[in-house]
Amino acid sequence: MYVADSRASTPASADGAARPVAGRRRAAIAPTVFALGTVSLVTDVSSEMVTAVLPLYLVTGLGLSPLGFGLLDGVYNGFSAVVRLVGGHLADRGGGRHKWVAGFGYGISAVCKPLLLVAHSLTPIGLVLAADRTGKGLRTAPRDALISLSSTAESRGRAFGVHRAMDTAGALLGPLVAFLILRATVDGYDAVFTVSFCVAVAGVLVLVLFVPGGRGGAVAVERPTLRGAVGLLRRRGLRRIAVCALLLGLATVSDSFVYLLLQRRLGVPDRWFALLPLGTAASFLLLAVPLGRLADRVGRWSVFVAGHGALLVAYALLLAAWHGSALPYVVLALHGAFYAATDGVLMAAASDGVPEVLRSSGLALVQTGQALARFACSLLFGAAWTVWGDRAALAGAAAALAASAVFALFPLTQRPKGAAPA
Amino acid sequence: MTVRNRILILISAVAVLAAVGIAAVLHASARADRRDHTQAGGPRVTPGTVTLTGRGSMLFRNMAWGPHRDEVVSVPAGDPSGPRTASGVKCLRFYAASGTGVCLQAVHGPVSDTYRALILDDRLRTVHTYDVPGIPSRARVSPTGHFAAWTAFVGGDSYAGTNFSTRAEIVDIRSGELIPSLEDFRIVKDGHPYRAADVNFWGVTFARDDRTFYATLATQGSTYLVRGDLRARTVTTLHADVECPSLSPDGSRIAYKKRVKGLPKDAPWHLYVLDLRTLRETPLAERRSVDDQAVWRDDRTVVYALPGDYGADLYQVPADGSGAPRRISTAAVSPAYVG
Repeated sequence: MYVADSRASTPASADGAARPVAGRRRAAIAPTVFALGTVSLVTDVSSEMVTAVLPLYLVTGLGLSPLGFGLLDGVYNGFSAVVRLVGGHLADRGGGRHKWVAGFGYGISAVCKPLLLVAHSLTPIGLVLAADRTGKGLRTAPRDALISLSSTAESRGRAFGVHRAMDTAGALLGPLVAFLILRATVDGYDAVFTVSFCVAVAGVLVLVLFVPGGRGGAVAVERPTLRGAVGLLRRRGLRRIAVCALLLGLATVSDSFVYLLLQRRLGVPDRWFALLPLGTAASFLLLAVPLGRLADRVGRWSVFVAGHGALLVAYALLLAAWHGSALPYVVLALHGAFYAATDGVLMAAASDGVPEVLRSSGLALVQTGQALARFACSLLFGAAWTVWGDRAALAGAAAALAASAVFALFPLTQRPKGAAPA
Repeated sequence: MTVRNRILILISAVAVLAAVGIAAVLHASARADRRDHTQAGGPRVTPGTVTLTGRGSMLFRNMAWGPHRDEVVSVPAGDPSGPRTASGVKCLRFYAASGTGVCLQAVHGPVSDTYRALILDDRLRTVHTYDVPGIPSRARVSPTGHFAAWTAFVGGDSYAGTNFSTRAEIVDIRSGELIPSLEDFRIVKDGHPYRAADVNFWGVTFARDDRTFYATLATQGSTYLVRGDLRARTVTTLHADVECPSLSPDGSRIAYKKRVKGLPKDAPWHLYVLDLRTLRETPLAERRSVDDQAVWRDDRTVVYALPGDYGADLYQVPADGSGAPRRISTAAVSPAYVG
């Protein structure tokens, strides 16, 4: 249903973001950013509820062996990269359909939840999960484009920080809600999926009702075309950001490996293993806004590279032979800081080099490059682990990360236009 | 549309959605209440003393609804569908031999469930507790009662998201020493040393000598039967396409589930018996797909669980491929013959 009347709604542009205030007060965060943050928070509660109970459901609820799941992952990662680019391009067409493409993505994921109630074997469940991730791939770039279009250049880092903090809060709440439901019931997986569906629908509703659609009266200067989207890479600033994100992504070891290394190298007890991602998320949640503000003040690119520095320190701690009881906490805090300094900050940095009409496509390009690089790193890291063992593999990743970070810092003297603090 | 109207729409929608969600939770918790009441026509379960040394008993996890659901119960081995004596010990998986029991339990924490393994003495009292790194799936005790093993599914240590791995752990009950993962053992595959990051082990079964064990090794999409040596810390592949092996009491044969080509993807296994000397495979008379680590009742009969109305039922079938499967017990899983 189409309820947002585009003329009555705030245009999704910088005009709605910063109401200039007297003195040196910070520009306010646009209502659209809070609306999108709410959508992400609610949606993440819904999806993390399912993620948290899915293994349990497969093994104890359905008596399936979940070992056959990983086979499609490689194929799927390539596919989801394409989906992301398609989502970005579709959102730019027709003068900004960001809201509707994002809404479609959220809608797909919401519909997937009740389907889990009827899928009882691995293949259908695998298909439902793939559809869920397709929805996620479609919506990511348009959503980030909306955030960047509805905030001013000076406050963009903070806007992304606020959004990411809300998003992560949802990710932390999801498992909690799911296990509360499982506690109150016996084999209440159907209840978990039903509640998850209701929560997801609420998220889509918030988007439909409170996120402005189209660009009220904005005149498209150039038509967004696929050629134009690819041509974005001819812009020096964006190309540099994309290339550096890709290089750094190639040296970013996936989360699951980090947790595995924490367990193997620092001897984190088995019973804490499932809680390790919560440590990263908590640190990300706490640091997203402060680091976003810092990025606005001292330059997004410096914060982005510094975030990889935090990851490098985490690698070094994992490699060190020193075993303190505080070490796992420090590593998780650094891991979360890495996300807080890179995830939204990269989008804020990339926004500066992309014209408004191609904002989604441009952000999708950078995100896709980074995601594919990280997946390649997973495969390489797994292979290196097999041949040389975990320590050598991590040392290799650390060396690659240090080299990429130096490369990313090198031409800071000739900063891409707009990445400098205003 | 004014902001006020939008807020009104959202509030009404959220009210409807909340009602649906609450109804779903209430419906599922009503089911929980129902399961605490004994169902009519179900097996009789009475609390009592259960030991691991009772002559000729079969112990298993009782799945029948009522106050003793999920508890380890004992029945006379000769009358497996007879009245059950409940021990008060709740387990997801259970096994016992020579006066030692292993019980895999869920521990309900505030944010998530964690799992633990209890080592039990002959009167089902806990002597050791170990954390289990994931959702428990298989449990065994060696014929001597000196070693125990379990397998858990661990999520999240894969390359890309949804994949799982298994972790097989063996514990020396006398010293309390835990062998945290078979992945640290040296692997000899087809006569050559073998290393791979994607190695998974599951379904340990022990020989009588307190040194030899058998298990499934999975790598590169194939599964193998391996013979393990606890002293040398090695495993050697013997035969392909073997999952959840179970060694016969005389040590000469392995009952296992084999992934048979052409079967549907969600029911791919048939029960087989492998002669360890000749490596000849014999399909058993059970035509349904079995996802369980079978238990030898004696040298001629294997017992296994199949899905049933209350979770699972126990069946037995001759180990030489003859005869037909026979249901011996309803609402039961994880059997162990003691005494």
